[in-house]
This record gives sequence, C-alpha cells and structure tokens, in this order.
Amino acid sequence: MSTARPPSTLSAARTVLYKELTLERRAPQTLTAMALFCASAFVIFHFALARNEVEGALAAGVLWVTLTLAALLGIGRSFVADREEGGLDGFLLAPAPRISLLFAKAAALLIFLLIIGFFAALLFSVMLLGPTPDGAQWASLALLILLADLGIALVGTLVAGIAIQTRARDLITSILALPLLIPLLIAVTKASEPLLSVGGGTLAWRWLALLGLYDLIFGLLAYALFDYLIED
Amino acid sequence: MSTTKNLYGRRLPGYAIATAVVLTAAIGLAFFFAPIEADQGFSQKIFYIHVPLAIVTLGGFIFGGIFGIKYLRSGESRDDLRSYTAIHQGVIFCIGALITGCIWAKASWGQWWVWDEPTLVSFLIIFLLYTTYQPLRFSIEDPERQARYAAVFAVVAGVFVPVNFIAVRLAAPLIHPRVFSNSGDSLPGDMRIAFYTALIGTALLFITICKYEMSSKHSRAQLAALRRSIGGESDEPNAARRAAPRVAVR
Amino acid sequence: MTNTEPAVVCSGLVRSYGERRALDGIDLTLEQGQTLVVFGPNGAGKTTLLRVLSTLLRPSAGDASVLGSDLRKEGWKVRSQIGFLGHQSLCFGDLTARENLRYHAKLHGIENAAARVEAVLEQAGLSGRGDERVFGYSRGMLQRLAICRAVLHQPQVLLLDEPRSNLDPAAIEQVEPLIGAASGRTRVVASHDPAGGLAEADLVLGLRNGAAVLLERAAQATTEQIRELYR
Repeated sequence: MSTARPPSTLSAARTVLYKELTLERRAPQTLTAMALFCASAFVIFHFALARNEVEGALAAGVLWVTLTLAALLGIGRSFVADREEGGLDGFLLAPAPRISLLFAKAAALLIFLLIIGFFAALLFSVMLLGPTPDGAQWASLALLILLADLGIALVGTLVAGIAIQTRARDLITSILALPLLIPLLIAVTKASEPLLSVGGGTLAWRWLALLGLYDLIFGLLAYALFDYLIED
Repeated sequence: MSTTKNLYGRRLPGYAIATAVVLTAAIGLAFFFAPIEADQGFSQKIFYIHVPLAIVTLGGFIFGGIFGIKYLRSGESRDDLRSYTAIHQGVIFCIGALITGCIWAKASWGQWWVWDEPTLVSFLIIFLLYTTYQPLRFSIEDPERQARYAAVFAVVAGVFVPVNFIAVRLAAPLIHPRVFSNSGDSLPGDMRIAFYTALIGTALLFITICKYEMSSKHSRAQLAALRRSIGGESDEPNAARRAAPRVAVR
Repeated sequence: MTNTEPAVVCSGLVRSYGERRALDGIDLTLEQGQTLVVFGPNGAGKTTLLRVLSTLLRPSAGDASVLGSDLRKEGWKVRSQIGFLGHQSLCFGDLTARENLRYHAKLHGIENAAARVEAVLEQAGLSGRGDERVFGYSRGMLQRLAICRAVLHQPQVLLLDEPRSNLDPAAIEQVEPLIGAASGRTRVVASHDPAGGLAEADLVLGLRNGAAVLLERAAQATTEQIRELYR
C-alpha cells in the first residue's frame, strides 16, 4: 500500500532545483562555458572596436550583448539533460504539480545568470570599462542585473521548453529568444548607460518600470502556458 | 461531410469582389483625390499603402494569437489552421509594410533605413520574431504537438507586440516630426477619406487571402482523403514533414 | 484497504499521431492482482499502450482508467498508483543511485524516503554501489536501478516494458519479488518472449498496427497464436 502523498508545488520545485544545482556542481559545463564566453567576448570587443576603454552607451551595449549571448548558452542547456536521460519523463510520472518544473528550471537558470552576471560585470570593469562606478552606481547595476536576469530566466525557460521538443533545438532557441529579449535589452542598456558614464548618473525610473512590466508579463505568460508545453 | 465552402469559404466570392472594389476606390482616391502633401510631395502617397499594411499586419498577428488561445482550449484543428493562416499572411503583409516603409524613408530622408522611426523599428523586431513561426512548426514532426507549440508561440508573440512597441517608443529620440505619428488624427478631411478607404481595402484583402488559403488547403486535404480511400494507404506522402497544419477532413 | 474495482479498464482507447493510429480502439478489463502480457511486433503499439496508461501520453479518443481514476481527469491520482518501467532508466548519469532514488522519492512525496531507498537498493542488490555515479553502471545495473525507481512508491499497478531485457538470470531472480508475479501487484507487461510471457500471464493481448488482434485468457491462448502476430 502506498505511503505517499503528492508533494506540494514548493516542495517539488525545491527538489527539482536541488537536482539541477547538484548536476551542475558535478559537471560544471554550463557555468564554465558562460564564463569563458564572457571573457572571450570582451577580448573580441577590444579588438573589434579598437578601444582600450568604453563608457556610457557603448559600455552598456558591450556588457549586455555579452551577457545576453552568454545567456543563450545557459538557456540551450536548460532541458538538455532531461531530454537526453529521460528526466522529463521521470518528472511527469510523479504526482508532482507540473508548474513546479517551471519554477525550478527558471530558478536554476536565474541562479546561473546571476552568478555569470556579477562575474561578467566585475570582469568588464577591469578589462574594458573606462569610468569607475561608485557604490551607489554599483548597487543600481546590481539591481538591474537582478531584474534583467529574472526576465531572461523566465523567457529563457519558456523558449527552452518550446525548443527542447523540436529537432533543431539550438537554432530555435536562438532565433526565438533574441527578438523576445529585445525590449528587455532596450530597457536595461538605457538604464545602465548613466551608471557607466564618466561623471556618473543615476537610474531612471522609467526603465526600471519597463523591466518590471516585462518580467511580470512574461512571468504570467510562462505560468499560463507551461502546462501546454509539458503535457503530451 | 462539411464542405470547404461551409467551413472556410463562406462568402469568399463576396469578399473578393468587395476587396477589388474598395481597393480600386482607394487607389483612385489616394492618387487623384487626396491633395499632395506640402513637405514631402508626391512620395508621401506611399503613406496610403504603408500604414494600412502595417495596421492590418498587427491585426493579423493579434488574430493569430487569439486563435492560438482558442486552439489551446478547444484542440480543434480548425482553430490551428486559422491561427497559422493569420500569422502566415501577417508575415507577408509585414514584409510589404517594411518594404514600403523603406521606400518612404528613402523618399523622405534619402536613406533606405532610419532608426529614428520607432514604428518601423518595432515592425522589424516583430518581423524577426514572427519569421521563426514557420521554422518552429517545421521542426516539430508530431502534428498535434506542432499545433500546440505553434499556438503557444502565437500567444507569446501576440503579447510581445504591444510590449515591444512600448519599449521601442520609450527609447526613441523625440526629434523627428512624423506624419505617421498621428495618422488619422491630424489628417485633413480629404486625406482621411483616402486613408480609411485604403485601410478597409487592405483589411478586406487580408481576409480574402486568408479565406482563400484556408479553403484551398481544406479542398486539397479532402481530395487527398478521397484519393486515399479509393487508392489505398500508400498514395499520400504523409511522412513528409510539413510546417503547415494538417487539415481535419470532416 | 482494498476495493474490488478493476485495476485497468480501456474502452475504445485510441492514440493517434496525425493520421496514423498507434492505438486503434483498445478494449480491455484487467482485474486487480492479475497480469496482462502484451505481445506484438515492433511498432505494434505495446510501448504506446504502456505510455498512455502511465499518463505520459494522453488518449486521442476513448476512455481509460486505472483503479477507478480516469486517466484524463485524475491523472495525478493515477500517477501515485502506477510504477512505470520503460526503455530509459529515467535516472541522471551524474547523480549516484541513492541521489537519483531520493529525488524520485521526494517527487512522489514518500515519507521516510531514505529508509525506503535503502530497502529497494538492498532488494535489487545495488546497496554496495549506491554511491557511485550512475553513468558508470552496466546496462544490467541500470535496469535494476530503473526497477527500483519504478517500485519505490509501492504502486498498486506496474507497467513494465520488456522488464527483463539486459538482465542476466541471477539478476532476474533477484528482482522477481519486486516486479514479478510474486510481488502480488497488478501488472501490464510488454514482452517479446511467447513462452515465458504466456507462463506468467492471466490475460493476453496481441497487438498489430495498433489494433487488438488477440485478447484471451492465458489459459485459452497458445504460443502458436502469439507467434502468428510476428509473421
């Protein structure tokens, strides 16, 4: 006789998240790849732009383009282990609420993106950034990284969920994610620009509002549509 | 068995005729009746083609999203076909809007592409997104899953459209005065008549083409089904991968 | 607490992919504690039937229920009561056997997960190697681990797709109490072994191109009838 009771959404999400983080810890492919990508990208930008230093809008662009393309690596890996080793079936066979998979995957992706985000920002400030941001600007930048990464994680998990069932996973991930992320990029680069400029500046509220709106809308979309992607 | 005419082709001849009439009227009005605009001259007339194309494109994509929602709830392949056709034609009309936008930009400012026109930029981004629809469908073999994922995409993309417009508009510099920004509001009466006629004509054109495409697909599917029932299973190359939805023959 | 309703009921069950019907109208009733063995050539629909009953796939048409719970409407209830063994182990290569099983235990909401995991590992003979990463396992060990995963939450109904593949005779004997007739559970087994399958069956289902061409009590069926399916 079964002594089991279906787990709560939170409990199931926690279990899957722990599994995701353990897998990455055992075989840290995704984080390593993303970090290396960022470093290489900065080197490439140095040569391609023929500059030792960038500031203002250019700095914001270099930083966020790098982070976005690095994020694509993470997004692409999101469901791969499940697909290859049948992990998705393993989850679907359990009486756990389906939406907990979305929470877990998005949370895992968010954690990876935050780690890389802060790593890349620090590396960027050393390698390519001209002006030195003060404490308040670093704090604002951290907030931006948090909000932007949340949006990328939500959109990324949604796109990964779509792409994993196709025969051209990598291609579909890229061409689907990039246009969807453009509004987020617009907001975050415009917001970062004064923080990375000589003479300094502060965060404009309109961009924070746009970021927040974007995160909210795509969060709701992912929540509403995820079941249709998972159930067969 | 429901005929193509009942399911998709209702009043198709009527729409086709109406389209022809209204579009002819629109062209006439635009080129002969509406006054020539002071600043930009004759080339401003492209406005009567470009803006209706743009508006109808948006309408098409929004309907694509609405039918996507309907499909997710109903599972009826008819809704999937409607969603597919709306988006498919929407992409084509979007190309038209972009090209005419470029022509207008060249005529007005001497450059084929301008970043200062937020609407045009937004359309480019939307175009980039919606062109992934066909590859996405093509890359999923199982027809039911293909329809379901396409519907999810249609909904996400549909919600994306207004968010994108807001973002691009916020980012735009407020320097350039544009005739398009208040299309319909600040237009003098003569221009307004021509514009709305063109808009209605373009919308009718869109509907007519969609109805035609759906009817054509349905007829072909019925023919294939008949051939199959007469000639045996081997006739239909069903194994071929297709991006277009499988039309249910009922 | 037991009730007397049938373990598995299928009524006109259909699963299609586009125009192709992987399952074309399956009707059957399986009582609790009995074993249904499904035969048929590759592509006949055996795996599809198991996947539909496990709720991994949704029926395209028709009805099916497990222990009184409808597959479509009460999927979550069904999932607590079935154990599925497919062709993949559904375990992650970079985790150890214990970690994999604890993961599944938590997803099923099993109380005393650690103790239960130890118990099944012991029964399957994997205790000694429970802390090794699974990608180092042989195919036989992987199959035994998959069996552990399937029975972890003590399901009433087992859905087994060729359970003895990759197992040597000693291993087969070892897992018999977990998934064999001796386990006392209701079982639906897909098999390629006419003699062996028939011996453990109470009910026999023969599939060809998704359709049920043979549905008999095991006592009335013969191995010849089963071999016919493969011709």
